[in-house]
Amino acid sequence: MLLKRILADKANGLWMITSLVTILALPLVIGTGLYLKASPLFDQQSFFSLVFSADWAPSEGRFGFRPYITGSLYVTLLSFLFTLPVCLLSAIYLTQFSSQWLIRTMHPVIDVLAGLPSVIYGVWGVLIVVPLVAGNIAPAFGTSSAGYSILSGGIVLAIMCIPYILNMLIEVFRTVPAGLIEASLSMGATRWESVKHVVIRGNYPGIISAYGLGIAKAFGETIAVMMVVGNVVKVSGNPFDAAYPLPALIANNYGEMLSIPMYDSALMFAAFLLLIIILIFNMIFRYLIHKTRKQ
Amino acid sequence: MSPLTPTDSNVLTVSHLNVYAGDHHILRDINLEIPSNRITVLLGPSGCGKTTLLKCMNKLTDLYKELKVSGNIYIGNDDILNTTHNIPAIRQKMGLLSQRPYPLPVSIYKNVAYGLKIKGIRDRKLIDFSVEKHLREVGLWDEVKNRLNAPATSLSIGQQQRLCLARGLAVKPAIILADEPTSALDPISSKIIEHLFREMKRHYTIVLVTHVLRQAIRLADHVIFMCDGRIVEQGSPSDLFSHPQSDELRAYLIDGN
Repeated sequence: MLLKRILADKANGLWMITSLVTILALPLVIGTGLYLKASPLFDQQSFFSLVFSADWAPSEGRFGFRPYITGSLYVTLLSFLFTLPVCLLSAIYLTQFSSQWLIRTMHPVIDVLAGLPSVIYGVWGVLIVVPLVAGNIAPAFGTSSAGYSILSGGIVLAIMCIPYILNMLIEVFRTVPAGLIEASLSMGATRWESVKHVVIRGNYPGIISAYGLGIAKAFGETIAVMMVVGNVVKVSGNPFDAAYPLPALIANNYGEMLSIPMYDSALMFAAFLLLIIILIFNMIFRYLIHKTRKQ
Repeated sequence: MSPLTPTDSNVLTVSHLNVYAGDHHILRDINLEIPSNRITVLLGPSGCGKTTLLKCMNKLTDLYKELKVSGNIYIGNDDILNTTHNIPAIRQKMGLLSQRPYPLPVSIYKNVAYGLKIKGIRDRKLIDFSVEKHLREVGLWDEVKNRLNAPATSLSIGQQQRLCLARGLAVKPAIILADEPTSALDPISSKIIEHLFREMKRHYTIVLVTHVLRQAIRLADHVIFMCDGRIVEQGSPSDLFSHPQSDELRAYLIDGN
């Protein structure tokens, strides 16, 4: 009996360690695989020129990824700017000001939004956001746009990220004890001052990690963005222009056009770049969390 | 009992206070007076409405939309319960000490300076002075003077509770509302807090909620005994504890000893 229990204990321990090692090794295996597949490209062009050149002519063997990288970053940045105030203020309202009834109603709504397939957001973007940008927003800024633009991509992406980030923020703000707010109020702080000092400042690490995870997810989002962003290879600072994000490049071309030499390697390099950039995002956010937690 | 009206020696007067949470009648027709520069003890078993009564005095019941509050609470001649005018100023007149300490997620220094910052005081010297003064007042200065910038959460629970007291005193309240302030503390820290209360009643009026009979006997100048949301008896501790009139208090005295 004892032997059986000890064996079960050992077997379980081994099983847990194996699963853990598998998970830990996964990013490494994927990264190495992508790197090896992309490596033929490095014989032809330096890493530096691949990343910073804007010259994209696959049929002539020239691969400059800058338009894709800036396109991706631009769309992600816009979506971040849109989600930042919306999520923060809604989460504060729901956890600090609203009645229990409202938060109970909101939860299933948020869950449904988070669970919608991204292609639905894409279709919705094509039907609503693209015409809105072309017909209303661009003219309001005194310019014209086809609607398929960085701005549309940013808006659709922001809306996709809202339920995801909002859920995390609500969980973070829920942990603030009522006693802390009461203490702040009884020292003569107003409701908003209490929220600012206790709920927001006290939870910087949690807020940063919510947005960090949201952004990493947004950066790799493919379908919905691809459907509204125009997919034109160029570097532009104008949000009403079209762009071509990295994930869209891979999704649009993988499996086709492989007759062009090195195209296969170039797409693998795009995937590798995605991995690296998300890694960098994560490191920046880890650092920020670490820094705010120290205080 | 006849409805009470404010008088000079009473800092705070509660008259016909009723609180409902849905169908549940939490406080039933509460009438009481809090004498100034005394320790008034709200005594009673858990769940009898002591904390709710305390929160009414501070208008913290505003936070709980499910509570329906009616009646009057006077400070001087102002009815603070039925006003929406300058609530932060009303709350500032009362320092709150809760069951367990809730230090703000900032440094020790900033915790004490918080109330002053809220008031709009920017003079660094004045803030330094006030922080030291109030940390001394609660006997914490010598323990923390070398680590004022350390997070408040790095202190022990007993120290945190004294920090919360210092922080409350920094906004110069007239009344201190203490809600079972020693229930989470070790005996030595509890003793320090009790000692502080005895010292502080020279300058402040203290309302102390407790369910610990011995603490009430040690500290009370005036006792209000509550049961099931009602005030059963109130008066001087010598009267109440040696000649209890009601069955509830008699039972409580026997169980408490």
